[in-house]
Amino acid sequence: MTAPTRARRRRRTGAGRMIRNRLLVAVPVLFATSAGMFALGAASPIDPAQQYAGAAAFTTSEENLAQIRANWGIDDPLPVQYLRWLGNLLRGDLGWSTSRHEPVADVLAARAGWTLLLVGAALVVVLLASLLLGTLAAYRRGGWFDRALRTTAYAIQSVPSFWLGLAAIALFALSLGWLPAGGLTDITATSTDVADVARHLILPVGVLAVSQLPWFVLFIRDSVADSLRDDHVLAARARGLPGRTVLFGHALRTGLLPFLTLIGTHLPELVGGAVLVETVFSLPGLGAVTVQAALGSDFPLLAATTLATTVVVLAANLGTDLAYAAADPRVRLE
Amino acid sequence: MTAAVLTRVRRLPRLRPGRLGATVAGTVLAVAVLACLLAPVLWPLDQSAIDLSQTRLAPSAAHPAGTDDLGRDVLLRSIYGLRVSLLVGVFAALVAAVIGGAVGALAGTLGGWVDRILMRLVDTIAAMPHLLLGIFIVAMLRPSLGAVVLSVGLTHWLSTARIVRSELLSLRHRPFIDAAVSGGAGRMRVLTRHLLPHVLPRLALATTLMIPHAVWHETALSFLGLGLPPHLASLGNMINDGRGSLLAGAWWASLTPGLVLIVVTLALAALTAHWRDHLDPRVRAELQL
Repeated sequence: MTAPTRARRRRRTGAGRMIRNRLLVAVPVLFATSAGMFALGAASPIDPAQQYAGAAAFTTSEENLAQIRANWGIDDPLPVQYLRWLGNLLRGDLGWSTSRHEPVADVLAARAGWTLLLVGAALVVVLLASLLLGTLAAYRRGGWFDRALRTTAYAIQSVPSFWLGLAAIALFALSLGWLPAGGLTDITATSTDVADVARHLILPVGVLAVSQLPWFVLFIRDSVADSLRDDHVLAARARGLPGRTVLFGHALRTGLLPFLTLIGTHLPELVGGAVLVETVFSLPGLGAVTVQAALGSDFPLLAATTLATTVVVLAANLGTDLAYAAADPRVRLE
Repeated sequence: MTAAVLTRVRRLPRLRPGRLGATVAGTVLAVAVLACLLAPVLWPLDQSAIDLSQTRLAPSAAHPAGTDDLGRDVLLRSIYGLRVSLLVGVFAALVAAVIGGAVGALAGTLGGWVDRILMRLVDTIAAMPHLLLGIFIVAMLRPSLGAVVLSVGLTHWLSTARIVRSELLSLRHRPFIDAAVSGGAGRMRVLTRHLLPHVLPRLALATTLMIPHAVWHETALSFLGLGLPPHLASLGNMINDGRGSLLAGAWWASLTPGLVLIVVTLALAALTAHWRDHLDPRVRAELQL
């Protein structure tokens, strides 16, 4: 091992400075966002105590409701409530879900894994498919494959993912009977079997991937088409390298760099798609639970899922930017 | 970052319809808008009427797109659904344009730390999944027409703010602004008489490009049961209602509202893209699609 060169050391401190600057910005903005969300929750016309009691609110005595309010401190001044909520969040206490009657942290722990699995699998499919299809289209740009691919991509961009999901259920589950229409396991199953779960995930992952594919395919196609005109690609071709080597080894490699940024900026879309796909396929993930919480006006759970996903996405953005800088020596970290 | 890398990062693929595509899109849109305008006159619809003797009828001459599980005509309700969706889309896009325009104008004209803070805010909100944020807003305000418009408006102003800001920044150093300032024009006068007229076409374009996105967002919220009231014919509500019929074999209940949504939003996006390319070929729109 040689000692790190000066250039490498500078890059490392640059990365540290970038992380610090991002945190300096992200923390106050997250505070502002949480305050905004809290204000919206406070302005909501829904009484959490009555909502907690549900149908029993009609028979619950006024004293009991008042007791619930006192326990939760609902009648305290808003700034006091906000600071208490924030303090609890920072201490890791996410609160009590009023619609599911269990701690928010338990709900997140039980559900987050399925959503991560869905989003992660869809992301892998999207990356593989878009790299392959986009590169092929760029290689023969203007040809029939390129034109057909672009037309399809633009058409899919305006297809809502939930409608695509219903269409997939109608075709593959109901007409052809190849795959299950929803759920995570067979109704008759007594335990979660890996093969069974995988079979149930094919359609949701496929639908989520296809609905997000257009942006990635078009991006790769344009990116590779651009770099095919670059000097170093021309030089590689002039040296007589085989077409496949030039395409994948030279053109795709340079075209791949900006792709990292796209993945980072497109994650929020992917999460939004997961919410819809989970609802369509009745999957027990975070998205489905968020929708149920919204239908039940469950502020603690909703606020926790929204803030948690934001933190994850911000961290992923930072990760892709760092990866970009690590992969491209021309990029200087500011 | 080097300049070469930067330009490649910013460039996003986008729809470039030819003349034929634009003509088709324009015709589709004209038919859709005409149907929306004429529907209440020609085919009045009682939103709450149901006919249980006509449930889940397959497409036929009397019901070209079939009927749903409550015996309501799918095609007619799709037209009314499109009406509501387009209305929500236009209003929500306007709300987004007002918020985004104001933020972008503040950042672009004041510059300095105001600009830095506002743009950081924009970046962070862009990292929040806007469907989740939209769900949160609707849930806290109780699902209703106004809540949906506000939910879309509050989550879709980011790109508009960025466009207005960058346009103002590039205009600020043009000679005609220097001329106006040396001629004694104050900050307000420069902004209202010299800068805004140049920004308005881009703002109008960004707003129009936002309408399909607003429609998709509204439809997604309605589909989740968090949008418009369930008895109201809206495309999202209808696709959601159709899920039950789908499992009972009546695939047509969700099909037509979905197709209407896809065709109309695609036509709208294509026509706006065409307009963008012909409005100012120099300028690259930052919006995708």
